[in-house]
Amino acid sequence: MLDTALMISLGLIVAAMAMNVVRLAKGPDVPDRLLALDTLYVNSIALIVLLGLWLNTKTYFEAAILIAMLGFVGTMAICRYLLRGDIIE
Amino acid sequence: MTFTLLAEGVVAFLLVAGGVFAFTGSLGMLQLKDFFMRLHGPTKGTTLGIGCILIASMLYFTVTQREFHVQELLITLFLFITAPVTGHMLAKTGLHMHLRFITGTRGSLPELRDEDVGQSRVARPAKARHPWRTRRKSLQMKSRQKPRLPR
Repeated sequence: MLDTALMISLGLIVAAMAMNVVRLAKGPDVPDRLLALDTLYVNSIALIVLLGLWLNTKTYFEAAILIAMLGFVGTMAICRYLLRGDIIE
Repeated sequence: MTFTLLAEGVVAFLLVAGGVFAFTGSLGMLQLKDFFMRLHGPTKGTTLGIGCILIASMLYFTVTQREFHVQELLITLFLFITAPVTGHMLAKTGLHMHLRFITGTRGSLPELRDEDVGQSRVARPAKARHPWRTRRKSLQMKSRQKPRLPR
């Protein structure tokens, strides 16, 4: 039961990441691409957690925490740049 | 035995629910017509989906390894704090850059009209301005109009 659920969840997450890449490629404006990148890193955290569940290890959670924090900081930096024209004033 | 089976069922349900929620969020981001409509999917659906998946992982490692794990709870808490901040900043960026929106996006409630757009409607450009192309074109035009200095 757990293997089937893991396979279903992996397929759904990979399909979600493919849709994010489509939006990243054809987004008409800069905030659309920024939103696509933001969702892409969130989905990549889910993919890493599912990989850790599949391999039955706890090694990858530090990578997930790192991706979460750096993705948030990067999104905030690009938002500040688009809003104010500068990141740190 | 029955406790293990019950925990396995809960973990499987949370995994499938998380995958469905993340898929729905990304589908909304792909299919909706407008940036301000597209913002709704990732900020709610994807966040809830990854919360479900992380809680499923926490339950799985708690049950199988007989010790309590809080690392996934840390990621869940961090994502649940940062997702509304990201959505707020992205909405501010979209409003600042005057992105195009369909007419159904901006609700025209009569009791909200005064504080929303003021007494007169704000004129918006028909097409979104590209941030650096327009600047570069204006710079090129200025440099073209400048007379060249004789050496």
